[in-house]
Amino acid sequence: MTRMRINGVEEEIAAMTVAELLVARGVDPATRFLAIAVNGAVVRRAEWPSRELSPGDTVEIVRPLQGG
Amino acid sequence: MADPLVIAGITLKSRLFVGTAGYPNQQVLLDCLEASGAEIVTVSIRRISLEGYAESLVDLLGGRYRLLPNTAGCATVRDAVLTAELAREALDTQWLKLELIGDRETLYPDVEQLVRAADELVRKEFTVLPYCNEDPVTCQKLADVGCAAVMPLGSLIGSGMGIANPAAIELICSRSPVPVVLDAGIGTASDAALAMELGCDAVLANTAIAKSHDPLRMAAAMRAGVEGGRLARLAGRIPKRRFAEPSSPQLGLVGT
Repeated sequence: MTRMRINGVEEEIAAMTVAELLVARGVDPATRFLAIAVNGAVVRRAEWPSRELSPGDTVEIVRPLQGG
Repeated sequence: MADPLVIAGITLKSRLFVGTAGYPNQQVLLDCLEASGAEIVTVSIRRISLEGYAESLVDLLGGRYRLLPNTAGCATVRDAVLTAELAREALDTQWLKLELIGDRETLYPDVEQLVRAADELVRKEFTVLPYCNEDPVTCQKLADVGCAAVMPLGSLIGSGMGIANPAAIELICSRSPVPVVLDAGIGTASDAALAMELGCDAVLANTAIAKSHDPLRMAAAMRAGVEGGRLARLAGRIPKRRFAEPSSPQLGLVGT
């Protein structure tokens, strides 16, 4: 288990990579229009399977929503 | 009569940008976008709900619109830049409505941070359209760092107070080297028409449509307001006079 901050919440997650994190959270990595940043830097979609996560990482998972 | 607006090399037929927030439901949103004639619609970038997520807004908009992601709510350069980069990744667009808020109650821009963020994002090859104060100096600074347009506020976001300082907006329009999009404060169609008459190149409306009693009618009204205001601007208003100027001929008046 890895302790990380995901979308502002501290959590223990069994995930080694960004792609595994999505699956662990029940998010299909093929979902369109998702974007992810780890420690303040965007991780491109092509890198999700290979980008490893470390304890203490801060992860943002976002998508477009209604806005003005 | 062709009168296209060009921003960053993109030619737009519609001078009305529409926000996508706050509609009674998604069908009303889609119908309003259609009725507005808008080509550019704004969206926000938000954390996904980890409990799950419904049909994507972007799927619904179906490639029919040019999406303009915003950095609404960001209060630091760092958060705004990261949100911009996430938006670019999510939507595959360089375009960005940059918001950098300095005060939660009024949602006034933080000008100092806004200019810094705009500068950084332009260097990262974003097409930056900043929401900004209705201040010619701020607008000039934003243009100087390479913003593709400026978006001065008419009045506070969501206030529906219209254009609080028309003289400032007119001044900005007369001096701006980049297109001016009146953003925030529009309450009804006449506000949009006034913005265009003052010389704005386009208007962005959201709450005025979404929260009106009949959003679909208001979307159509806003479209007509923008088009009418633009035509009037091009036609040129007559000078204002202190006294009456008879419009009927004075010769041949009965009884003289």
